[in-house]
Amino acid sequence: MNEGIPLNYFLILATILFFVGIYGFLTRKNLITILMSVELILNSVNINFVAFNKYLYPGKLQGHFFTLFIIAVAAAEAAVAIAIIINMYRNFNSINVEEADEMKY
Amino acid sequence: MSGNQFMFYLFAAIIVIFSILTVTSRKILRAATFLLFVLVATSGLYFMLNYQFLAAVQLTVYAGGIVVLIIFSILLTSHISEKLELIKPYKRIFSAISVIAGALLCIITILDYKFAANTAVASEINMNVIGRDLLNYGYDGYILPFEVISILLLAAMIASIVIAKKIK
Repeated sequence: MNEGIPLNYFLILATILFFVGIYGFLTRKNLITILMSVELILNSVNINFVAFNKYLYPGKLQGHFFTLFIIAVAAAEAAVAIAIIINMYRNFNSINVEEADEMKY
Repeated sequence: MSGNQFMFYLFAAIIVIFSILTVTSRKILRAATFLLFVLVATSGLYFMLNYQFLAAVQLTVYAGGIVVLIIFSILLTSHISEKLELIKPYKRIFSAISVIAGALLCIITILDYKFAANTAVASEINMNVIGRDLLNYGYDGYILPFEVISILLLAAMIASIVIAKKIK
């Protein structure tokens, strides 16, 4: 089924995706782009879970189900984060992380 | 090179290239579009591994839901033509160095480790099995995380409505 594609390839791909996400997290100033970097990181973790499930425990479904739960948590996180971002835009007129340095309300 | 390998390399190339573009593009709407490509290619990987249900969830929730949410909030909070400001060059260089060092460390560790190959027969994954496992409270069941996640989603939805509501 997956001849010629060792597990290592999936893990290396997930590693690269994870560290690209970290790079975005470190270098961005806009809150929405930081949120997008976090989505990249969560996505790389999902790839890891699925690959481990398929290659090391093909008779079980743990990785599959926990990937489902991670996707649900990511959706909840994105919804709350965007509500906070919109509220912050209303109060500071900007979504730059460096301008939000006081707790006004 | 078999077709399967070709598809894997294609998806991997799409994921790597577009994820780098996502974190470096200076136009925010383009960054969101590149993120969409990364998520769709990931669901392609899931299809390749025979997890059809997971790939469908990835497409609908991630690519359909979260990206649309992000694009809406971009349209509400920024000007499309505006370019994102960059951080100082030395900070960017140090971030890149630390990230590359971390990635190399992880990749070397992964290549060093020999994973024991499992030859167990892959179980049939259809909607029947997934539904039974999700609502099963026995040994192989996932009813507890399922319930926890539904409560969490409800709480998150109410919280985001309350937070984003206009204060009179």
